[in-house]
Amino acid sequence: MSSTLVEFRNLKTYFYTEAGVVQAVNDVSFSIRAGETVCIVGESGCGKSITAMSLMRLIASPPGKIVGGEILFEGRDLLKIKESEMRMIRGNEIAMIFQEPMTSLNPVLTVGDQIMEPLIEHTLLSKSEARKKAIQLIEQVGIPRADQIIDSYPHELSGGMRQRIMIAISLSCDPKLLIADEPTTALDVTIQAQILDLLRQLKKDRNMSLMLITHDLGVVAEMADYVVVMYAGKVIEEGPVKEIFKNPRHPYTKGLLLAKPVIGQRKERLFTIPGQVPNPIGLGENCHYSDRCEHAMDICRASQPALQKDGADSKVACWLYEGEGAK
Amino acid sequence: MKQLLIRRLIQSIPTLIGASILVFLVFTLAPGDFVTQMSADANMTQERLDEIRALHGLDQPLYKQYLTWMGNLLTGNFGESVLHRQPVTSVINTFMWNSFLIAIIVLVLQWIIASIVGIMAALRQYSIYDSAVTLIVFMAMSFPSFFLGLLMLKFFAVDYQIFPLGGMRSTGSTLTGWADFWDVMKHLALPVIVLTLLNIGSLTRYFRTNMLEVIRQDYVRTARAKGLKERVVIFKHALRNALLPLITLFALEIPGLFSGAIITERIFNWPGIGRVVLDGIFQRDYPLLMGFTMLLVVLTIVANILADLMYGVADPRVRNR
Repeated sequence: MSSTLVEFRNLKTYFYTEAGVVQAVNDVSFSIRAGETVCIVGESGCGKSITAMSLMRLIASPPGKIVGGEILFEGRDLLKIKESEMRMIRGNEIAMIFQEPMTSLNPVLTVGDQIMEPLIEHTLLSKSEARKKAIQLIEQVGIPRADQIIDSYPHELSGGMRQRIMIAISLSCDPKLLIADEPTTALDVTIQAQILDLLRQLKKDRNMSLMLITHDLGVVAEMADYVVVMYAGKVIEEGPVKEIFKNPRHPYTKGLLLAKPVIGQRKERLFTIPGQVPNPIGLGENCHYSDRCEHAMDICRASQPALQKDGADSKVACWLYEGEGAK
Repeated sequence: MKQLLIRRLIQSIPTLIGASILVFLVFTLAPGDFVTQMSADANMTQERLDEIRALHGLDQPLYKQYLTWMGNLLTGNFGESVLHRQPVTSVINTFMWNSFLIAIIVLVLQWIIASIVGIMAALRQYSIYDSAVTLIVFMAMSFPSFFLGLLMLKFFAVDYQIFPLGGMRSTGSTLTGWADFWDVMKHLALPVIVLTLLNIGSLTRYFRTNMLEVIRQDYVRTARAKGLKERVVIFKHALRNALLPLITLFALEIPGLFSGAIITERIFNWPGIGRVVLDGIFQRDYPLLMGFTMLLVVLTIVANILADLMYGVADPRVRNR
């Protein structure tokens, strides 16, 4: 097994709003190994993005604050290092691409300028060398006429091209970990497939790790080595992708898989999980999914199950399996 | 860019004609003219009044009056000021630059201070600094100019006598060169302070609001995620975008540079165009008022074109249109 690159340990990121404290990420632990693609899955607002932003230490504060836990990157706790050291890691060893390619690039700077920035910041390249590298990067992400595109502005490019430019920016300093926060959600389906192919190819070529945040199980099936399912700020199940798809344990994961449309099967209605995501303010001590769970027992409404080993590599947080792992 | 300039110049012709008709009608249709003023004189006979009216072409039908006026304007003849017994152009030329001197200093100070204060307030939103700035800014904004002006005069000219009471130069001054410059600067100080304080408030708020909006944009997050220094994130990525909407504001202050500040000039006895125009209104000096208004119309149109051109330079999304 390859070495661990990033390890989240009991990460807690809270937002202090006027309405109350939002426990956006509450006691999340999982790890990403070198060269592995880990998909973080869950509904909107379950804390996927906040987990990633915590890793980058880009939580807007106030209102947000990382109140506890550790994030180990190559053994170093990123939450304890100075901001200036963190800056050296951002864009350099850990890079991130975002959901909205239309707004993620600065409209008044050329794309070349924006690709060259991290190169000049983190490497010793001169401006002309950085420009050459930028052209190479644009070619690598599959945009033709790179030497012309480099001088164009974001508004002159399509959404797919912009997301490729974002990928070029993120890859510029050969990061060890690429975080992709719903990189294809805003794109249409054919472009989605191209971008995912590109990410997979680049990841393989560079042997980097990929932390892919998505709510699209199709993307998970195609990309992931390992899957972490989050619900209401907590990890409720994690495991290798095949295990998750073949043998989902948590009722929520089962629900998600059932809700996925299958090509060739026309149903009158797609399966939906009844109920709604609970209000993130003032979550109780119960299992947060208990209101929607068909298997809910008394204990589910009283206390939270811990994330426990279940099977060879999988973990699940559900009272249904409590005690089974010990067997 | 050149094409844009030519197109905008041509487009401004109808605007100019429309504005000139409006200016002309407002002043000619207003009840009374400078001859009415003279009729107060007991020695004036009706025949004499009619004679003067005929002399100035005031007995002609409106459209003829307009065409004559417009024709003269096009040849650079703004007519003669009734009050000053001088060509309007030379009256404006004498006093406008005095106003311009104050206005340009105020403009520079105001933009420098407002940008610094506003950006700092945005970067520390809801901090004590931000609240203090907001409070002070609103206080300065809500003072009427005459009150603030008189207050300043009382403190700095009467009580402490740091600055002179009014005027542009010391009475009977024969100073030249640097000494003269220094004298004018001392007289400038109070009106400049008052006008800067009055104007700075809204601009500070604009800077703060724009900066706050931009700083939440995705591309600022991207810039941070690239590991750029905070200074680069703020000044290269955020500020340039925050400045875009302020271009219009800046351009529209250009006519204001020449229009004078009526109340402040009066209080500080500054020989500026604002004061002259005010006197002109009381005396129904319509040639002066019409000429001055037309000048501002032209300046406003030019400023608008300038704003368009500046947008083209600053924002690539506008450039290629």
